[in-house]
Amino acid sequence: MKKLINAPESVVTDALAGIAAAHPSLAVDIENKVITRAGEPTQGKVGLVSGGGSGHEPLHGGFVGYGMLDAACPGEVFTSPVPDQMLAATRAVNGGAGVLHIVKNYTGDVLNFQMAAELAEDDGIEVVPVVVNDDVAVQDSLYTAGRRGVGATVFVEKIAGALAERGASLSDVAAVANEVNERSRSFGVALTSCTVPAAGKPTFELGESEIELGIGIHGEPGRHRGPLVPASEITAVALDAIHADLPLTGDVLVMVNGMGGTPLVELYVVYNEVHKYITGKGARITRNLVGNYITSLEMQGFSVTVCQLTDTLARLWDAPVDTPALRWGR
Amino acid sequence: MDAEFFRAWLTEAGTVIEAQRDHLTQLDAAIGDADHGINLARGFSAIATALDQTATPTPGSVLILAGSTLISKVGGASGPLYGMALRQAGKSLGDTAEADLIALAASLEAALAGVQKLGAAREGEKTMVDALAPAVGALQQAISDGADATVALAAAAGAVAEGALATISMQALKGRASYLGPRSVGHEDPGAASTAIIMGALRDVARQLAP
Repeated sequence: MKKLINAPESVVTDALAGIAAAHPSLAVDIENKVITRAGEPTQGKVGLVSGGGSGHEPLHGGFVGYGMLDAACPGEVFTSPVPDQMLAATRAVNGGAGVLHIVKNYTGDVLNFQMAAELAEDDGIEVVPVVVNDDVAVQDSLYTAGRRGVGATVFVEKIAGALAERGASLSDVAAVANEVNERSRSFGVALTSCTVPAAGKPTFELGESEIELGIGIHGEPGRHRGPLVPASEITAVALDAIHADLPLTGDVLVMVNGMGGTPLVELYVVYNEVHKYITGKGARITRNLVGNYITSLEMQGFSVTVCQLTDTLARLWDAPVDTPALRWGR
Repeated sequence: MDAEFFRAWLTEAGTVIEAQRDHLTQLDAAIGDADHGINLARGFSAIATALDQTATPTPGSVLILAGSTLISKVGGASGPLYGMALRQAGKSLGDTAEADLIALAASLEAALAGVQKLGAAREGEKTMVDALAPAVGALQQAISDGADATVALAAAAGAVAEGALATISMQALKGRASYLGPRSVGHEDPGAASTAIIMGALRDVARQLAP
């Protein structure tokens, strides 16, 4: 294992110290592992808290700031945070209008956020959870824990954050968060595995000319394994799966996301294929992101996320945002 | 079985989990996200620290402190699930200073109910429930057969180990392994495997300490 770390046990706290040093707009409680906006919570504004395992940076800490999250709770690498962190974050961002918990659909995240919400309600803080589950690679049926939450999390955090910034109520912010989730779908592909620092070796083995299709964001195996083929074919597999689940029509927001170890030049190769495919279906990409937004350590690969926009969602997407990882309009 | 017995159990469980840390993580790598051994080892090490720092005069207080520690320190799914199990077991023991075998069996039944409620899992779904449920059944059977603590807990540990191995042929319907569908078949469930380790530690401590 070759990594730029001091010790596997201190990866998360060392990185949090770096985030604190790099971004004075954030307040970082390194001991309790909570990142909030610097300063007091805005009275009357709904607070947005998200969190999850570390290793997906810039998610979630990189999205704390004006127009997006109020707090993020990073867990250990690929391990959900604990209720104490989420409760501390919820208390810290409560401006009296309630708090939205944005939860990716993994058993651990859901259980820990559920416990935190109960504790917060004992404190008299109203909490509404929204569970993101956009990954079409996973069958959503009685036979699974349900679809995983992946790329749509970025869209949910941005759009719900914009609405909260305008002073909307908790129920309205939760409704738009759910709407974005329902209108979004993702599919991921890995060219290599990744190594959890504390485990010291790759989570799975992939041959030199093999790829894993339908991966999540934790180096977990995907839908199936296949041979390495041109980017156009890989992209078509991903978008076929998305299109089969949510027809590609109208105006769409598209994210081509790197998994952490993919050069930007390859992401643009993929974006070109995505653009051709979606345009070919008669839909129009009116907003896009290309880059590393929800990663899986040093994994090579990408995910593509599509959201069917409405005029309202497009306006909220365009609203000013000022975070370490997304910034425009302000 | 007094508070000292329960502390010894958790210490022994922590020792075996540390020794089996990489094995548990490898099981998780096959069908999950490769953190189960790491997380449980971290959690049981936190339990040891908590038990050193806080007085736990009764068996119930030992288990409640251990459960709360796992919930606060571990994260993932295993933190809340094992934390809930230990807390429910502890609550079921009340403030008795000395738990008999019947009380212990009732506390394991409470632990199982807590896990099933939180995780919404039933038997046959390839989870820790498939290890814990047979252990509860075997313990109750041994008690009705008139077995002493050593024999009864050995029966429970045998049932839990068999239950864990039986998860190999199951398809996961809960937890992260369920995403794999049929590809989850052929691998032992890591949560069932760690449950077998923890119940094996209970058997070993009973052998050493039970009257």
